[in-house]
Amino acid sequence: MPTIHIDKIPYAVKAGRNLLEACLGLGFDLPYFCWHPALGSVGACRQCAVKVFKDGQDTRGKLVMSCMEIVKEGMLVSIADEEAAAFRSQIIEWLMTNHPHDCPVCDEGGNCHLQDMTVMTGHNYRRFQYKKRTFLNQYLGPLIHHEMNRCIQCYRCVRFYRDYAGGNDLNVFSAHDHVYFGREKEGVLQSPFSGNLAEICPTGVFTDKTLKEHYTRKWDLTTAPSVCQHCSLGCNTTAGERYGTIRNITNRFNGEVNGYFLCDRGRYGYAFVNSVNRVVQPLLRHRAVESVDDVTLMEALTMRMAHQKLIGIGSPRASVESNFALMQLVGKENFYQGVTEELAYLEKRIVDVLGSGALHCSSLGEIAGSDAVLVVGEDVWNTAPVMALAIRQAVMKKGFLANTTVAPSPLDEISACTLHAAPDDIARLGFAIAHLLDPSVPPVPTASEEIQRTATSIAEALRTARRPVIISGASCYNEALIRAAYAIATALDPTERKVGIAYVLPECNSMGLAMMRAPSIDAAIERTAFEHDLTVLVLENDLYRILPAKKADDFFRRFKNIIVLDSLNNLTTEKATVLLPAATFADGDGTLVNNEGRAQRFYQVFIPANQHIKESWWWLWKLHTALTAASNGHECHPDEVLARLETALPQFAGISRAAPPPDFRIHGEMIPREPHRYSGRTAMLANLSVSEPKPRQDSDSPMTFTMEGYQRIPPSPLIPFFWAPGWNSVQSVNKYQQEPGGALKGGDPGIRLFEQKAGADRVLFTDPPDAFAVRDQKWMLLPQHHVFGSEELSGTAGAIGELTPAPVVALSPRDARQLGVVEGTIIRLRMDQEEVSLPVKIQEGLCNGVALAPAGWPGMAASNWGTWVNISA
Amino acid sequence: MIIYKQDNMLTEAEMQAIDHEISQLPHKKAGVIEALKIIQRHRRWVSDESVEAIAAYLEISPAEVDSVATFYNLIFRKPVGRHVILLCDSISCYVMGYDKLYGALQQQVGIRFGETSPDGRFTLLPNACLGCCDHAPALMIDEDLFRDVKVEMLDVLLSGYK
Amino acid sequence: MERPLTEYIQPGRPPLDLKGYEMTGGYAAVRKVLRGMSPAEVQQQVRDSNLKGRGGAGFNTGMKWSFVPMGRDAPGPKYLIANADEMEPGTFKDRLLMEGNPHQLIEGMILSAYAIQASVSYIFLRWAYRQAAQLLRKSMEEAYAAGYLGRNILGSGYNLDMHLHTGVGRYMCGEETALLNALEGKRATPRAKPPFPQVSGLFGKPTIVNNVETLCCIPHIVNKGAAWFKGLSYSEDSGGTKIYGASGKVKRPGAWELPMGVTLRQLLEEHAGGMKDGFTLKGVLPGGASTDFLTIDHLDVKMDYTSVAAAGSRLGTGTMVVMDDATCPVGFVHNLQHFFAQESCGWCTPCREGLPWVEKILLSIERGEGREEDMQLLHMHTRLLGPGNTFCALAPGAMEPLQSALKYFGEDFQRHIKNKKCPY
Ligand SMILES: Cc1cc2nc3c(=O)[nH]c(=O)nc-3n(C[C@H](O)[C@H](O)[C@H](O)COP(=O)(O)O)c2cc1C
Ligand code: SF4
Ligand code: FES
Repeated sequence: MPTIHIDKIPYAVKAGRNLLEACLGLGFDLPYFCWHPALGSVGACRQCAVKVFKDGQDTRGKLVMSCMEIVKEGMLVSIADEEAAAFRSQIIEWLMTNHPHDCPVCDEGGNCHLQDMTVMTGHNYRRFQYKKRTFLNQYLGPLIHHEMNRCIQCYRCVRFYRDYAGGNDLNVFSAHDHVYFGREKEGVLQSPFSGNLAEICPTGVFTDKTLKEHYTRKWDLTTAPSVCQHCSLGCNTTAGERYGTIRNITNRFNGEVNGYFLCDRGRYGYAFVNSVNRVVQPLLRHRAVESVDDVTLMEALTMRMAHQKLIGIGSPRASVESNFALMQLVGKENFYQGVTEELAYLEKRIVDVLGSGALHCSSLGEIAGSDAVLVVGEDVWNTAPVMALAIRQAVMKKGFLANTTVAPSPLDEISACTLHAAPDDIARLGFAIAHLLDPSVPPVPTASEEIQRTATSIAEALRTARRPVIISGASCYNEALIRAAYAIATALDPTERKVGIAYVLPECNSMGLAMMRAPSIDAAIERTAFEHDLTVLVLENDLYRILPAKKADDFFRRFKNIIVLDSLNNLTTEKATVLLPAATFADGDGTLVNNEGRAQRFYQVFIPANQHIKESWWWLWKLHTALTAASNGHECHPDEVLARLETALPQFAGISRAAPPPDFRIHGEMIPREPHRYSGRTAMLANLSVSEPKPRQDSDSPMTFTMEGYQRIPPSPLIPFFWAPGWNSVQSVNKYQQEPGGALKGGDPGIRLFEQKAGADRVLFTDPPDAFAVRDQKWMLLPQHHVFGSEELSGTAGAIGELTPAPVVALSPRDARQLGVVEGTIIRLRMDQEEVSLPVKIQEGLCNGVALAPAGWPGMAASNWGTWVNISA
Repeated sequence: MIIYKQDNMLTEAEMQAIDHEISQLPHKKAGVIEALKIIQRHRRWVSDESVEAIAAYLEISPAEVDSVATFYNLIFRKPVGRHVILLCDSISCYVMGYDKLYGALQQQVGIRFGETSPDGRFTLLPNACLGCCDHAPALMIDEDLFRDVKVEMLDVLLSGYK
Repeated sequence: MERPLTEYIQPGRPPLDLKGYEMTGGYAAVRKVLRGMSPAEVQQQVRDSNLKGRGGAGFNTGMKWSFVPMGRDAPGPKYLIANADEMEPGTFKDRLLMEGNPHQLIEGMILSAYAIQASVSYIFLRWAYRQAAQLLRKSMEEAYAAGYLGRNILGSGYNLDMHLHTGVGRYMCGEETALLNALEGKRATPRAKPPFPQVSGLFGKPTIVNNVETLCCIPHIVNKGAAWFKGLSYSEDSGGTKIYGASGKVKRPGAWELPMGVTLRQLLEEHAGGMKDGFTLKGVLPGGASTDFLTIDHLDVKMDYTSVAAAGSRLGTGTMVVMDDATCPVGFVHNLQHFFAQESCGWCTPCREGLPWVEKILLSIERGEGREEDMQLLHMHTRLLGPGNTFCALAPGAMEPLQSALKYFGEDFQRHIKNKKCPY
């Protein structure tokens, strides 16, 4: 650790860091713009200037840009130096010569790095007397608003968008003081990471367009630490509320998971919370007055459920608590997963291999730091976008990437090796690689020359890698891929390298649900065929997305009572005889287990106006106590549910430590969800009552719904917002980290439920599937996932709905020719129990014999994936 | 002036010329500036359509092409007249009175810097030092350099460009 | 007096073709080197000759070459680039060399490329030099045909390709790292150093960028030796001759090859013929637009790197712009700042935002709308846009004429402000 002297005081700093990082890490307020922990230094803005002295004799010193200087033993630095300070403040004055000074009407106000730095440098008097240059703004789509006059030319937007995220439709144009950041022509930004521009831009050039529609200042938001609900990665988010609606989602740094960035599905999917389609009222169907109060509801429910056999259908998008509460209510043997048999089987395989402890399960942070990534069949770009971003970072750091998928993917562009083939053929490639790496894995019989060749080059790259990661997932509904990925990972000699594996799952709590090891929906269907007096409880799960309509109808017909808990109305809630309004991530607490097996808690952001909206686990627990007359009205906390879960299902041991318990206090204080500048508290409800209501209590967590409480840095899972004195913008995250860009103080949030165990038995998979054989007049139907539209909840959100591609069926050029169809021809797909008509898309690079249909599209039940269908023009 | 919409396809000749340039470079992308020059040589200026055509040919995004195109002074992203007059406005020509030439040009052609005459004959642009300061003031019309230019010479000089 | 660089350049006559050039001893140096000198020997000889870069910075050329990784394991291909972007206002010396004797540049490039074992070379020529482009293209063809370029040059096993690249206009393209970006088809913004181009330059490979005049000296050094070259100079400071030039209201504007270290007075009075009748000398930018003014008090300054620096300016490109007493210094400096503000690449804040501000202030002073505070603002900019504070040397260069104008012609500025109009 070199020692540097800052204003004559010695500090030990980490070798290899630049001077800016070192100063920030030591807690100095040194302004900067063009540097960003994720993007590095380029020395353009000249904001971070400090003085460096040659030796003790040197009194004049030299201005240097701290972001461009690597720390050196004995370095003599001055931040306070008058000349340096004057230069820094002059930089702001220069940057502000053309800035519109429109803070009062700017969305960034109060959350603005430029404001913070302006105050920090002390620049306050404007001497520039001339006209400002002005620009025209562009329409950039439904997600990002553009206001170019506010630009300070730090180049962070293009460096993020192009270099970091690989987008190519945003750029810098022109030169000198006319440089312009935008698109070549107006139009929708094409990168699914475009929303990050709102956070990466230090001023109000790029702002969240959806926030604009119900704008609230950062300091007026009630916020809570949350976890993204829209895929299995569990990116950490901060959700903000005002007047009972969610206003925005921003990134919540987690060094192990999402780092600084979210995908647009995660950032903009929140609109479903505010949807008019929310279930807000308990309903007892088929009564004169269907909406009822609590007492009537509970009476009716206990009456209906008595002497009934209860069947519970769990949900991969409901929290661990809710799923477990349902399991407890109905009994373990009556609890079903609420996913298809194929998916349940495949997810069980994933849980088995990860649970075996034979392999290390990679975090996104580890993927970004990997030197060789092999993707086995998973369309990561669309099913787990931020994982694709992590893979891209690995490649940017000269890592190797082989991307094998059914259809071409944007990741192909940066992969050294790609293969587009049917899932079984990709799995065969995987086994061939495993054989090359470990001859005790038998060779793949009759592997084609292409497979052999590809396998050889991938095996070669993996063999020389130090930190290889093998990635696969569930999106192809093909179990052989899961085994193949495992076979490769175990074939790599672990003594020479750190091998990692990662599986992508379909939904935000798929892993948590799968770990409960319950049977599938198909098992429930089979079992209930001949039973009577059945009541089914369906937890946050629209079975019409899984099953063909006819099959789902048949299923529901078997039950006297259909109790459905959900947050949005859908085809399943329509079947409910009793409908219970379930809280979303915004109005309830819960825990999700992400694809890595990391349990993460999300916290209620606000108490909804409608008091009936409660977490599903709350309803289920209440029902449970009512039925068993167990608890004299004792309310239950998530922690109690989790504690029971740990006893009942030991695979969840440790999950209750994912976050501090509800009675956690710092100096006796709770953590406030509102910043201390929160305004209008006494006035905001004055139209209802002039007396300020008593603050709402939260007995489920150590957080309050007020601005009172512990004002400094809370434990990492409890960070409701990033703020530090002088640092109002999100850049204040530096202050929450152990070092700039590093882990949060106290460690990044989440508890990993799978750990690698020394000496764990390796399950050996040595049985490759048969080669995919194209059939005559039949196509294998596979899902085409889309960042926008494939996931249920986000798909209903306005802006995301706008970006959802029109549904099509993709066919290979050869297959289209054979069918005599051209791009756009409407074709009929005949599946097991239903038919749909969709236009054709001819997709270059797609293998013959498969048809891709949009995943999550309402007309297409998940049980069809992987089946053979007829197509007619 | 009639401005014809430019094709968003490259002609055979343009492609050949671009191919020749990129054959000497380690990757296609490096040929953007050359491609812009070639297009401008053939089409006089570079329209949005032409930007797209170049992007498609070099397999990069139009934004990338335009980012480069708009950086440089002599890639014209707006239509220009049949002849482009580049009047040096740098220091030696300033000392030697380029402003008189500018005044005269404004009178005779009726356009100011950045404008094109209504008949589409001339576009007038200021240009940084033409590198013949010892013969200032200087101007270029298309590819031809004129040195020690005097106001009285302009008539004859311009008449060579129809 | 020897004039090795321009001996065979005759104004008004087409330059020597290959035959003619060979008859004057052309390409002898290439033969000599390829027959029996190692790259290290060439480097050493150039270093010994005390040749300093003629592009403005004045760094010892042989020394610069010595940073290029050599030997079998050196990354390749290596590149040699002739910086022929000459866009510094007031500068026209490289044009003279290229139009006057293109083969000399080509030969210099072959020798330099050999010295660093480059296999590809570029001439980065500014767009406006149409005639130079034609002549260079023709001469390159001749050189290829004669086996001086291409594969296995003169049977030595050494290969060198040469390309002519014409720019599309930006002063920044002359800055060597921005030039590399331009050659790679990118925006000509400068790159951070380190890594230096000698180690990681064009397409990430070792690269040397040298000015045209620098390269034209090489054949003569190889032919006649380091000591001879050193001896051409009047001064210890740098070896060789220098192409000096003058423009503005002098009797005979032009460029002349003279021993390094002639005095300003000799240049102005003997070679440029003194001021035009009716004009007196007020100031002179000794080495192009980005150098500090010298005044009549500096006429006896020797025009070499150290002496000009001692007088408070820079030798720069050695082609001077003369300001007479009828020219308004405020207008003069405004014209310069307009140029620099326009040519800023837009990468770093001080230059991108500071220069336009300076330009606007100067314009308002020139129009009689200036205020007392404006002088402070101008002074402040000259201080804060100094070397190291901006990303590259463009803005510091821009400040040189301004700071010296404020120093020497401050009264002129004051008169504008006081009288609320331009007194000229
Ligand atoms: C803004 C700027 C413009 C420049 N323009 C030129 C130029 O046109 N020609 C040139 O030879 N050097 C120019 N230079 C200097 C080059 O960066 C570089 O120092 C030079 O080409 C090195 O060659 P030399 O060592 O032979 O002098 C410029 C520098 C700057 C900062
Ligand atoms: S000083 Fe800065 S803005 Fe100016 S040209 Fe250099 S890098 Fe570009
Ligand atoms: S942060 Fe250091 S120069 Fe911009």
